[in-house]
Amino acid sequence: MTTPKTEFSWLRYYRAGARIGFQHDVQYRTMTFVFLVAFLVEPVIYLAVWQNVAASQGGSVGGYSEAALAAYYITWTLVRVFNLAFDPYAWEWRIQRGRLNDFLSMPIHPFHRDFSFFIGGKFVWTALWFPVAAVLTLIFRPEFNLSLFNVAAFAVAIWGGFAVRFVLLYLMGLANFWTTRASAVFGVIIAGELLLSGRLVPLDLMPEWVNSLASWLPFKWTFQFPIEVLIGRLDSKAVWSGLGLQVLWALGMGVALWWGWKKAIVKYAAVGG
Amino acid sequence: MSGKPAGAVRLAILHWRIGALNEMQYRLNFWVQLFNSAIALATGLIAIALVYGHTTSLGGWSQPQLLAVMGVHIIIGGILKTLIQPNMNRLMQDVQEGTLDYALTRPADSQLMVSVKEVSLWSVVDIGLGLGVIGWSVNELRGDIGWRHAVGFIFALICGAAIIYAIWLSVSTLSFKVVRTDSMMQLLNGIYEAGRWPVTVYPGFLRATLTFLIPLAFAVTVPAETITAKIDWWMLAVGAGVTVLALVGARAVWRWGISNYSGASA
Repeated sequence: MTTPKTEFSWLRYYRAGARIGFQHDVQYRTMTFVFLVAFLVEPVIYLAVWQNVAASQGGSVGGYSEAALAAYYITWTLVRVFNLAFDPYAWEWRIQRGRLNDFLSMPIHPFHRDFSFFIGGKFVWTALWFPVAAVLTLIFRPEFNLSLFNVAAFAVAIWGGFAVRFVLLYLMGLANFWTTRASAVFGVIIAGELLLSGRLVPLDLMPEWVNSLASWLPFKWTFQFPIEVLIGRLDSKAVWSGLGLQVLWALGMGVALWWGWKKAIVKYAAVGG
Repeated sequence: MSGKPAGAVRLAILHWRIGALNEMQYRLNFWVQLFNSAIALATGLIAIALVYGHTTSLGGWSQPQLLAVMGVHIIIGGILKTLIQPNMNRLMQDVQEGTLDYALTRPADSQLMVSVKEVSLWSVVDIGLGLGVIGWSVNELRGDIGWRHAVGFIFALICGAAIIYAIWLSVSTLSFKVVRTDSMMQLLNGIYEAGRWPVTVYPGFLRATLTFLIPLAFAVTVPAETITAKIDWWMLAVGAGVTVLALVGARAVWRWGISNYSGASA
């Protein structure tokens, strides 16, 4: 055994974590695919509803044509694949069953284990996403104005969206340390996300004040921002400032998580297991 | 005892009572459920308000009529969460852990036994909220909605619940073969969400799927059409036919499932 191999490196840790996540999803690829399709029913519903509204209004609503709506919601599907994260309900399960104990005895914060695991899964999900996106494209005929800049910025923004949402949900998960009934709190946050992220509907179709409010909250940067980057609704200045805000949100909430974790962990009591 | 229909009903009621008593111990869960259901309702109402902020008719449905669709969706969803889903989750878990043997070795009908074991009492909140939304919708419509529609509505709702039960049981039965069916349950729940809007909103292929393959059209849209007086009465007869087909189909799938079951780990 040589010394360099046993030496700890964050890069190696993350690579190993991602590989475990990747292999888990490859192993259960049929299940992963069915999960993916299950997730994609949601935007198809929204798309059908809003295309209907656009059609009844002479082909466009809130500046979105039917083809632009299709582009929005088809991009939505890839953004959703990327912003899937370890959710607070999973935290609830982990704490109620006493499963957190396994992680607490490890020298590295469970955040890194979960984060790297999800990163690995993204590659499997994305590969499975392509055929589904092809089918959606054939059915709904979207209109994209792709430029090299948009595609490149999108490739960064979807990871940014993932980081923001992952940290946000992890932070919310901490509520489980104080109460076993935290699901009531999550309901509010999930509803907030649905309405204020561009998940339910592009924020341009919302009242103006909702649209402004959304810019001050983290949700928009996990859904609508990456979508708008790809479909070309933002100028380069808005793209750069959006990417900067993603970094700020991820770091800001990361600090809150670091602080909150220290408070939470002293409250920890496994309920069962 | 349960070979006769009356015996089966008695057995079901007995199980539900035990399940309900069990749940009554956890009163706080009622408030958590009420809170979550209220948020879901508010989100749904906001979505409808947004849509009708941009149009006056969606797939031929006015805003108050669409409220009825939402009401039915919440009621059937409440029945699903109270009586159906907990049993199906238990069934899948029993298959995985090999504990289904305890249900199969009972003298009563095995399909009945796995279908009435569990009840998630506090989800009845949704049934109450859904009825409230229907009441609101009918009040807004003030049209020619009479007792015929009310009776037809109750009939269509019963058919709708039975169809949903048949679909959920059929998919859960696949766990005898596939073992990990949680992703399929997620898919079914996703598809159920599509019922929040009338099927006329969806493009052709999707509408066909939701009418014939997974008959949400009969489970949600038809009851809503009945209570808003939009119904062609013959559709109720078709709905009844679909219900019988779905139940017979689910029974066949169940029989096929248990004939393939060999116990996973007991």
